[in-house]
Amino acid sequence: MSTVNEKITSEIREKVRELLASGHVAAFLGYTSGSVPMVMQPLIIRTPEDADRLEWNSFCVLNLANYLPALLKSFEPPRRPGDPPPEGPLPKVGVLATGCWSRNMVIQVQENQVDRDRVVVVGISSRGMVDRKKVLAAVGHRDVTAVYEYDHSLKVSGPGYEREINRWDVVRDNCRTCVHPDPVIFDHMIGDLKGERDVADRFRQVEDIEVLAPEDRWSWFSTEIASCIRCYACRNACPLCYCPTCFVDDSRPQWVGKSIDKADTAIFHILRAYHCAGRCTDCGSCESACPMGIKMRILTRKLQKDVLELYGAEAGMDMQSPPPLSTYKMDDPQDFILTESIKGEEK
Amino acid sequence: MKVLILDKAGFQDWLRALAGEFDIIGPAENTKGLLDWNKLEPGELPDFRPGLPKSSIKTFFFPQPETLLEFSARPGDDQAFRPHEPSEGRRARLLAGVRPCDARSVALNSMPYASDPYFLKNRENVAMVGLACTQGCSTCFCTWTGGSPVGSDGMDVMAYPLGDAFALEPVTGRGKDMLLKASSAREAAQEDLAALDALKASAPSSLPDAMDPASVLREKELMSLYNASFWQGLSESCLNCGTCTFLCPTCYCFDIQDETLKGKGRRIRYWDSCMFPLFTLHASGHNPRGEKVKRVRNRFMHKLKYFPDRFGPLSCVGCGRCVRDCPVNIDIRQVMKDLLAI
Ligand code: SF4
Ligand code: SF4
Ligand code: SF4
Ligand code: SF4
Ligand code: SF4
Repeated sequence: MSTVNEKITSEIREKVRELLASGHVAAFLGYTSGSVPMVMQPLIIRTPEDADRLEWNSFCVLNLANYLPALLKSFEPPRRPGDPPPEGPLPKVGVLATGCWSRNMVIQVQENQVDRDRVVVVGISSRGMVDRKKVLAAVGHRDVTAVYEYDHSLKVSGPGYEREINRWDVVRDNCRTCVHPDPVIFDHMIGDLKGERDVADRFRQVEDIEVLAPEDRWSWFSTEIASCIRCYACRNACPLCYCPTCFVDDSRPQWVGKSIDKADTAIFHILRAYHCAGRCTDCGSCESACPMGIKMRILTRKLQKDVLELYGAEAGMDMQSPPPLSTYKMDDPQDFILTESIKGEEK
Repeated sequence: MKVLILDKAGFQDWLRALAGEFDIIGPAENTKGLLDWNKLEPGELPDFRPGLPKSSIKTFFFPQPETLLEFSARPGDDQAFRPHEPSEGRRARLLAGVRPCDARSVALNSMPYASDPYFLKNRENVAMVGLACTQGCSTCFCTWTGGSPVGSDGMDVMAYPLGDAFALEPVTGRGKDMLLKASSAREAAQEDLAALDALKASAPSSLPDAMDPASVLREKELMSLYNASFWQGLSESCLNCGTCTFLCPTCYCFDIQDETLKGKGRRIRYWDSCMFPLFTLHASGHNPRGEKVKRVRNRFMHKLKYFPDRFGPLSCVGCGRCVRDCPVNIDIRQVMKDLLAI
């Protein structure tokens, strides 16, 4: 077993046991393993005894911030729209947070989805999570019955085969290019902070597409989403997508068709990406959840690149900086808003 | 008709001969390198590797979407907004390389859709050549749902891999006719038949032992299952996405909408999922399944209790797609065991 994961797991259990036993938190949101190799299950526990169910490994790919607002709400007395907020202190909940998850929590606080005072963040500096689909591709999509994780490799086995795979080779694209592995907010830390990572080609995946001619870019996009089944696992796995009624579900008015018509699927992906602009932390939860292996994350990555280049901002880096697209500065670039005709450059 | 033996080249010729009558569709790698249902070129063989295609075959019987009717949406037309039959008919289709669980799902879906004209028409229009499983996957449990890895329910022709060749057995009259075109086939010899019997007897050994949860669950009192304490915990990790229901061969719920584009209108029936909050939203704004726990419970109660109570078998063929692809590892096998323990 991976000594790194073993150590983190036992420290998590100890900390969570203590938080629950002292009554400091009423529930804790973490991860447990289940019946399918490489798929972890987000788990909410409420008693110190259950702390031993928590586990940590390279397959904790879904962003736990996604579950936080509903968990907090479950401890609030029911109220109707317009009712005053409940009086007195409400129970706190604990949650694990890596760099990106913690940044999503910052965004949730800024967008009034989460009350920071009610969340106890147990931080972990991430070493990058593994992409299950890369592992499956590496073994030719054969049945995988067991995956054993070492510190720097995975032993993958199934009927009639066993393979050792280098861990970093199958780490998710977002994690491979992540520069902020440390949690930006935390109340307790498991292990040490690692500091910023040096990444040479942070936006390489995007740049490879940017250089294409428009029709080739369109063809990349159309091929990429061709097998989308509109299951919305990507949207539902994203902590930014908390609208009670998403624009794709709305029927009064209906913004977008409901079946797998090409244009409708394209609109879904483009609009969802724009709704995440300036907010997306590149946590990769969306892409990890997709059953069809679609790399929709490249769209939000492109918007991150744009926001960074245009406004010098990255989402959720600290509680004080205003969200880049909900504010303005007098010297913000305006030029790109003007059409060519207004600029007098039309040919 | 007797059992026929066909080698790979013969199989290829046979599919080529059938291409005049059918569009042939079979498992092949999609643009993402994943095994899925794709149109095959005449003579192209389906991918016979073990394991199931990503999607089930339900879209060929219960299309995503099905056009129910068409109309002109130009207010000026004298026929404007008068519905007529969809203009485009579909060519007959042949699904080649269907695994037993997928074929059984068609029989199960035929129960609620017994008088659905669209479903019935598609059934008539789609022929199936089955492919027996000699090796189950770790997520397969057909043997818990009344199926078998060598079952031929729902097929027209059943193919069993025997070494490099296949033994082909007609299942229906249509299957018999289709096999008449297998020109290079030879009749099975005594040793082929012995090998076939051995395969049929040994195939289920790679799967969990057979059991019959449907008969046990039918006897259980409905409300004791409905009020079970584990639903809350189970639902807490669920994303309420459509992965399980859309990939599932036996989920058959739909919604209907009118769509118009450039003056042409169509009424479509498209897949819906009980996991989506909108599924049960009333026009009044009331939602009887407004909370996630109620939706998660419904999916399992429908498959494992309501459906068996009404029709007999589970509404699940044990294909394991939901198990394989649920992003948070919600496993129907565990839910089944939890219900059986009540
Ligand atoms: S869009 Fe994807 S990568 Fe961005 S925050 Fe949402 S889940 Fe994470
Ligand atoms: S998760 Fe994948 S298949 Fe589902 S809607 Fe998103 S991109 Fe499409
Ligand atoms: S569930 Fe049974 S029939 Fe289906 S693929 Fe697995 S072994 Fe074959
Ligand atoms: S059970 Fe899994 S696949 Fe189904 S809705 Fe929940 S998270 Fe999605
Ligand atoms: S419920 Fe799951 S295992 Fe059963 S038929 Fe549907 S996808 Fe297959």
